[in-house]
Amino acid sequence: MSEALLEVKQLKTYFPVGNGIFKRSNGVVKAVDGVDLTIRRGETFGLVGESGSGKSTIGRTILRLTEKTDGEVIFDGTDLYALSRRQLRSLRPRMQMVFQDPYGSLNPRIRIGDAIGEVLLDHGLASKAEVREKVLDVLRLCGLAPYHIDRFPHEFSGGQRQRIGIARAIVLNPDFLVADEPVSALDVSIQAQIINLFRDLQEQKGLTYLFISHDLSVVEHLCTTIGVLYLGSLVEVAGRDDLFARPQHPYTKALLSAVPIPDPTVKRERIVLSGDIPSPADPPPGCKFHTRCPYVTDVCREQRPVLRDLGGGHQVACHLV
Amino acid sequence: MSAPTRDKGNTVVLHVAESTAEMPAAAEPYTPPKTVTAEGVRPYPGAPAAPREPSLPRRRIANPQSPWSTAYRRLKRNKMAVFGLMFLFAMFLFSFVGPFFSPYTEGRVNVALIHKPPSASHWLGTDDLGRDVLTRLMQAGRISLLVGIVSMVLSVLVGAILGVLAGYYRGLVDHLIMRAADVLMSIPEIPILIVIGAILSDLKISSEYRIYVVMLLIGFLAWPSLARLVRSQILSLRERPFMLAAEALGLRDRRKLRHLLLNAAPTLIVVATLGVARAILSESVLSFLGLGVVPPTPSWGNMLQAANTLIDFQLRPWLWIPPGVAIFLTVIAINLVGDGLRDALDPRTNR
Amino acid sequence: MPRTIVEFVNLHTYFDTADGVVKAVNGVSFRIREGETVALVGESGCGKSVTAMSLMGLLENTTGRIVDGEIRFDGKNTVNMSRAELRRIRGKDVSMIFQEPMSSLNPVLTIGEQMAEPMIEHLHMSRKEAHAKAVELIRMVGIPRAEAIARSYPHELSGGMLQRIMIAIALCCKPKLLIADEPTTALDVTVQAQILDLLRELKRQLEMAILLITHDLGVVAEMADSVIVMYCGKVIEQAPVLSLFQHPRHPYTQGLLKARPSIGRRTERLYSIPGQVPSPIGLGNSCYFSDRCDRCMDVCLAQQPPLRAVDDRHSVACWLYEEGIRDVRSAARG
Repeated sequence: MSEALLEVKQLKTYFPVGNGIFKRSNGVVKAVDGVDLTIRRGETFGLVGESGSGKSTIGRTILRLTEKTDGEVIFDGTDLYALSRRQLRSLRPRMQMVFQDPYGSLNPRIRIGDAIGEVLLDHGLASKAEVREKVLDVLRLCGLAPYHIDRFPHEFSGGQRQRIGIARAIVLNPDFLVADEPVSALDVSIQAQIINLFRDLQEQKGLTYLFISHDLSVVEHLCTTIGVLYLGSLVEVAGRDDLFARPQHPYTKALLSAVPIPDPTVKRERIVLSGDIPSPADPPPGCKFHTRCPYVTDVCREQRPVLRDLGGGHQVACHLV
Repeated sequence: MSAPTRDKGNTVVLHVAESTAEMPAAAEPYTPPKTVTAEGVRPYPGAPAAPREPSLPRRRIANPQSPWSTAYRRLKRNKMAVFGLMFLFAMFLFSFVGPFFSPYTEGRVNVALIHKPPSASHWLGTDDLGRDVLTRLMQAGRISLLVGIVSMVLSVLVGAILGVLAGYYRGLVDHLIMRAADVLMSIPEIPILIVIGAILSDLKISSEYRIYVVMLLIGFLAWPSLARLVRSQILSLRERPFMLAAEALGLRDRRKLRHLLLNAAPTLIVVATLGVARAILSESVLSFLGLGVVPPTPSWGNMLQAANTLIDFQLRPWLWIPPGVAIFLTVIAINLVGDGLRDALDPRTNR
Repeated sequence: MPRTIVEFVNLHTYFDTADGVVKAVNGVSFRIREGETVALVGESGCGKSVTAMSLMGLLENTTGRIVDGEIRFDGKNTVNMSRAELRRIRGKDVSMIFQEPMSSLNPVLTIGEQMAEPMIEHLHMSRKEAHAKAVELIRMVGIPRAEAIARSYPHELSGGMLQRIMIAIALCCKPKLLIADEPTTALDVTVQAQILDLLRELKRQLEMAILLITHDLGVVAEMADSVIVMYCGKVIEQAPVLSLFQHPRHPYTQGLLKARPSIGRRTERLYSIPGQVPSPIGLGNSCYFSDRCDRCMDVCLAQQPPLRAVDDRHSVACWLYEEGIRDVRSAARG
C-alpha cells in the first residue's frame, strides 16, 4: 500500500451569489460541501458527477486555482493553502491539470512549441538551448509529429489539441495530474486514443491521476477507485470493481442504469429519477438526494447522512444502507 | 458479457464475465510503449510518418498559418482596405516626398502673387501671402499626419499600459486608474482643448513647440477610452481557459501578460488605426480655431481658416477646398483600413 | 409496410468557404417511414446535421446550398419549395429540436408565449386557446406545476426541463416527423434517460416518426428502429438496428462499436480507429475511409464504393462486400 499523495479533508468551496450594489450576498452556492478523499501514489481516482456536482470545482480547489472556503488540501505532506504565492508557484510543476476544452485551453496566438517551451523556461527546467529538444521529446511521447512544433492551435483537430494540452502538462514531469473531463468534448473514436494515451503515460511516468468525468464508461476503463459526487458531496466511494458490481447508493444505481448501452438486445429496468438536479445554490435539506430518491424516508428528509465505511474501502453516505 | 443479474434494487447489473477484485487479464499481452529513443515512441496509430530528413526541426520555421500571416492575407483580399492603404501611402508620399519636387518650399511671401487662382505655374493657386497652395498642402500634410500618428502612439502607450495594469491587477490599482479615466472622459474634449489652446497662445509659446504641445494634448486626452477598452479586453481574456492553464502551469506574471497582450493586440491595432483619424480631426479643429498649429506653420486645419472669411469662401475656393478634401479623404481612407483590419484580425469569421 | 414520409434522393449540399467547397452532404439517400425512428449516426463533421437542415430548408443564413438531389416530403420536393411553403410545413408537419435548449428559446419571452406562437400561426387558434393548449402540453411532457412554468422565463428552468419544453413546442401541432438533433448530448446522463423515455412515450402516443441525429451509439441502440451511418457526407452503412449492432459490416461502423468504452465490457487497451477524419475540402475519388482502414485494398484508393444491399434492408458502401473485387494490396503500403 503506497503512501497517500493527496489528502483532502472536509473541503468546502462556497461562492457568494447575487450582487447588490454593495456586493451584498444573497446566498451561497455550495459547490463543494465537505469532501474527504485520499489518493495514493500510482492510483487513478475517478470523480464522477453530473452538472452541479462540483466536480470541476474540486479539481481546481485542490490545485488551488480556486480558493477554498474551508478544509485542508495536503499534497505530499504539504498543506497547499499554507504556502505563499511564490512557494505555491514553485510547487506547481509537481501537480498539473489537463482541461476539458481543447479549443480554449491553448492560446490561439502562440505556437504550440512555444506554449510548451515557455513552461520549461519559466521554471528553470531547461536553458534556451535545451528547450526545443525537450519539447520535441514530449511531443513525440504524446503521439505528435516533430514538425507540429511550430504550428498554431487552430491547425490541429480536437484530439490533437488535447494531446498538446497533455504534453504541456507533463513536460514538467509532475507527480500528480488532474484531468478535468479531458475527453468529453471529443468524438468517440478520438476519445479512445486519448484514453489510451493517459494509460500509456501513467505506465511510463508513474503518474497519479484524479480523473474527473461525467461518463461512467470512461471512468470504469481507467480508474482504480471511484467517487460519486452529488451536489458537492461524495455519496459513494469504492474500488472500481466493487462500485460496478455492488453499487449501494440509490444515486449510483440510477446513474449506472441510465447510461445507454450500445446493445439493442439488452432491455433493462431503468431507475428513472424523478425531477431535475436541484440548484447548488439551494440544496434540499437533509440528504441532498432525497427529492429524487425512489426510496426516500422521513429520516432522509431531515438528517444529512455521512460517509460510512462498509469495509473493503467501500464507503456510502445513505441512511438506508 | 455474462448474463445480466438483478440485485435487490431491481437494477439489472451487467458485468464482465470473469474478474472480481483483480483487473481482468489482457486479451493479448500488453507491451508498454518503448521509451523515448531516436526512432521515437510508438506514435499514435495513424500518426503522420516522421519526415524523411535526418534532422528534426531545430530552428523555428516561419509558419504561413500564423494569425498575423492569415490576417495579412485576408486584408489583402479586402479591396476597400487595400484601396485605403494605397491612398494613404500616396498621401504620405505626397506630403513627405512631394515638397522636394516643389520650387516653392521656402514659402516666401510674394505680394505680386497674392490670391492667384490655379494656373500652370501654381496648380492650386496661391494664398493670401502669395505662397503656393499645393506646396503648403504638402507641408501641411506632413504636420497633420505627424500629429495624428504621434498623438495616437502616445494615447495607445499610455492607455494600453494603464488598461493592462487595471485589468490584470484589479483592486486598488484598477479603481484609481478607472476613476482617473472617468474624470477625464467626463470633460468635453473640444472645449478643454480650446481652453488650453488659448492658454498656450497667452504664454506665447513659439510656433514650433506648439506642435508638440498639441500632440501631447490630443494624445493625453484620448487615453481613457483606450484604457477602458484594453481593460475590458483583459478582463474577459483572463477568464479564458488558456489563462487558467497558465496559472496552473505556474507561469510568471510577465508571461501571463504576454499571453493576454497577444490576444488583445488585434483590437488594439484596430482602435489605434481609427485613433489616428480622430487625432487628425482633432488637430484640424484646433488649428482651424487658431489654437493648434498656427501660421506660418501650415496644417490642413489652419489652411481651412480661409473658409471662415466670406470673400475667400465665395471667391477663392482653391484656398479651402484642397485642405478640406485632404482631411476628408485621409480620414475615410484610415477608416477603410481600420475596418479592413478589424475584419482581417477577427478570429471568429471563417475559422 | 407503412408509407414513406420523407425520402432523401441523392442529396448534395455544399458550403462555400474561403478555402474551397465543403461537400457537407455528398450523395445521401434514405427514407423515413411513418412511425419509424431513424437514427442518423456519425461523428462531428459527417454531415448529419446538415442533412436535417436541408430538409427543413434552414440553410438560408449560411453559405450552404443544395446543389443536387431531392427531398420528397409527403410527395412534394422541398428543395424547390418557396419560402412560404417551407414555412407552412415547418413546425406543423416537420418539427425540430436542437442540442442546446437554452439557446433555442428566446430569453425575453415567457415559455407560454413561445409555445403559443406556432399554434396561433399554424392552427389558427386564439391566444387564449393556444395558452390553454400550451399548459396542457407542458403537463404532457411531464413537468409539474404547468401553469407556473408557462409563466416563467427560460433562464429560470434547468436544461432538462427546457428540453422537455422544446419537445412540447415541437409537438404542439402534431407533426408527422420530429427531427431531434443531438437532443440529449448537452444533458446529464440521468436527465438524458428521462428525455429518451419521454420521446419514446410520445412517439407511441402520437404515432410520429423521429429522425434522431446523434453520435452516441448507446442512444441509438435504445431508440432507433433503423440506423444510417454517415462518414464525410456519405452514407456508408444502413440497416435495421439489430442487424447493425450484431453484424456491422463497414470497418468504420465496426471501429465505432469497438472504440466506445461501455460499462461491463473491459479491455486492457481501448480499440481506437487510427488517424482522424479527413479534411472535408478537396476529397478525391477514393473511399473516404481508406486512410484509416486496416483492410484497405488497392481498389479503395482508386474508386468510391457504391452503397449496395448485402442483406434484407442492410446496405453498406465498402469494396469488401462487392463481388468480384480481389483483395489486392500493393506491397508498398503493407
